[in-house]
Amino acid sequence: MDFISLGTFVQLLVTGISHGCLYGLVALGFVLIYKATEMVNFAQGDIMMWGAFIAFTLASYFGLSYLPVVILTIFVMALFGLLLERTIIRPMIGEPPFAVLMLTIGLGFVLRAIAGMIWGHDEKEFDTPYSIDPLILGQVSLDYEQLVVVGCTILLCLALYVFLRFTRFGIAMQAASQNQLAAAYVGIPVKNVVAITWCLSTAIAAVAALLVAPLQLIYPGIGFVVGIKAFVAAIVGGFGSLAGALIGGICIGIVEQFVGYAFEGAYGETSVYVLLLLMLLVRPQGLIATLQRKKV
Amino acid sequence: MRFVLKTNYTQDINLFLHNGQRFWYGLLIAALIVAPFFLENFYVGELTYLFIWVIAGAGLMLLIGYTGLVSMGHAAFMAIGAYAHAVLFKLGVPFLPSLLMAALISGLLGAIIGVAALRMTGIYLAVATISFAFIIEKVISAWRPVTGGHRGFIVPEPVMFGLDFGSDLAFYFLCLVVVIAVMLVVMNLLRSPTGRAMVAVRDSEISAQAMGVNLVQTKTLAFTLSAAFTGLAGALYSHKIGMLFPENFTIILSIKLLMLVVVGGLGSVHGIVFGAVFISILPQLIAILRDFLPTWLAQRRGLEPLVFGAILMFFLMFEPLGLYGRWVKIRSYFTQFPLYRKSTFKRQKSYLRTERVH
Repeated sequence: MDFISLGTFVQLLVTGISHGCLYGLVALGFVLIYKATEMVNFAQGDIMMWGAFIAFTLASYFGLSYLPVVILTIFVMALFGLLLERTIIRPMIGEPPFAVLMLTIGLGFVLRAIAGMIWGHDEKEFDTPYSIDPLILGQVSLDYEQLVVVGCTILLCLALYVFLRFTRFGIAMQAASQNQLAAAYVGIPVKNVVAITWCLSTAIAAVAALLVAPLQLIYPGIGFVVGIKAFVAAIVGGFGSLAGALIGGICIGIVEQFVGYAFEGAYGETSVYVLLLLMLLVRPQGLIATLQRKKV
Repeated sequence: MRFVLKTNYTQDINLFLHNGQRFWYGLLIAALIVAPFFLENFYVGELTYLFIWVIAGAGLMLLIGYTGLVSMGHAAFMAIGAYAHAVLFKLGVPFLPSLLMAALISGLLGAIIGVAALRMTGIYLAVATISFAFIIEKVISAWRPVTGGHRGFIVPEPVMFGLDFGSDLAFYFLCLVVVIAVMLVVMNLLRSPTGRAMVAVRDSEISAQAMGVNLVQTKTLAFTLSAAFTGLAGALYSHKIGMLFPENFTIILSIKLLMLVVVGGLGSVHGIVFGAVFISILPQLIAILRDFLPTWLAQRRGLEPLVFGAILMFFLMFEPLGLYGRWVKIRSYFTQFPLYRKSTFKRQKSYLRTERVH
């Protein structure tokens, strides 16, 4: 691409990476659930949307300042995850995976509709202490919001990796995912593990929400759009891998920005879906392959 | 409940178990043939829609109910069928070949998506189909010379062998014939080795594979057939609605189709019809619901998706065998009267063992 200036190029790249991190962050939430329970949560994007609206409500109606908003949102959303798990996920343990998949599709629709009824369908703005003038480096202007997204995502990813790999609970989660019955036999409280996994996943969704809210306008449909792209990201990166989700997210974020720029904003979103189908044809296991079939 | 002592193989694979069933289904078909002469035009039209939903539902039931794969973008295949048929028919292709080609085109596109997505687990198909649906929506609105984009596409009157099938009555019978043909194909498919392979894949991929079922081939075939049936339904739908817009085929339609198979009853042919009846009367049900709700809630946008999602969740959690399952339970309560036990229908839980290699 020699027809765009270096400044625009860097600008698009940074925007792409920050959006990509966001997709990756949402993807982290359901990859975590997938790793622990092999359930696929299609409502992750909509859960994130709820997080954004809760943060918005706390900030604008209750007039809280930024830090309490962050803490409260994450706390409320973790409780929300616990509630979801107890009411609709636990009865579904042991059901076929496609039933759980459809259940979460239904859940997404319900969450979106309720959010639309409570907060309306017009777009809302959410400001943070770092929503200040962008950082100017030569021709490039970088929004602090974008930089914060990238930084937080990397930190969260590292923390999750350490958590899953080295802590007692993380290893219990892996055990529960490999063989529920065997894990229960050796004394792992599988039900609690599932509950805490959901809790953790909705808390991650809350973090994603707090990061997406200043970057884009909030409306009930945002979760669906971001959620589907997060799924695309997870598949492009290799479903079931934390690093894959992040790398896949960054890939589609960048592609989306550049294609959108080339066609004057028309086909950016579509290019993501085309990329997914191409990727599935060429390398279905994703950039980082974790899914391998057991040999029978 | 009547028990049939089967003494030979033909009896085992008969479409109808005994003469009682033959009688009742014969009666149903006879009733459907005479019905339009007694009903008002509005109800004839509604029945035609019902048939179209049955055809589309048959496609999705093969995929979800019998192969255990979820598609979130079946509206796209309905759109492809509708536009392909409408465009071909306008170009002068005779009606029947055009109808079949619409199904074929839809099936072929399905096969491409299937080959791409089905080498991995089921979630890949769900995401690939919804992405495909978004792409198709974009293509339809952008490809204006052929599809008319958002200005719409006027579907010509159906004319076959020089006869005009445009009237409600004639089109009703056309759809009735197609519906019976599709149901026969589906029922025959399900008792063939292919159909049984699909069920085996749904129940356990590992054991299916151990018995020599080619997983990718079976799944791709199931998805292709599913797309083809849905395309066929779309082709008929195009005549029924008369004017095609990209907005006719959005995610709401896909979710409606999902609801059809779940509410009807996953893994049963009866379920297709039950589900189709359900989504046909659902708009009326929602209208009644609006009367009972307080005005501030009833006037809100988004009541429809809320009801769709809630119904989907309700059935998956409390009656996963759908309306058909409920009917079987009620029937066996009466046939086995004092001896009915609830635990007869208790579902077996299976515990997770991942197929990932760590």
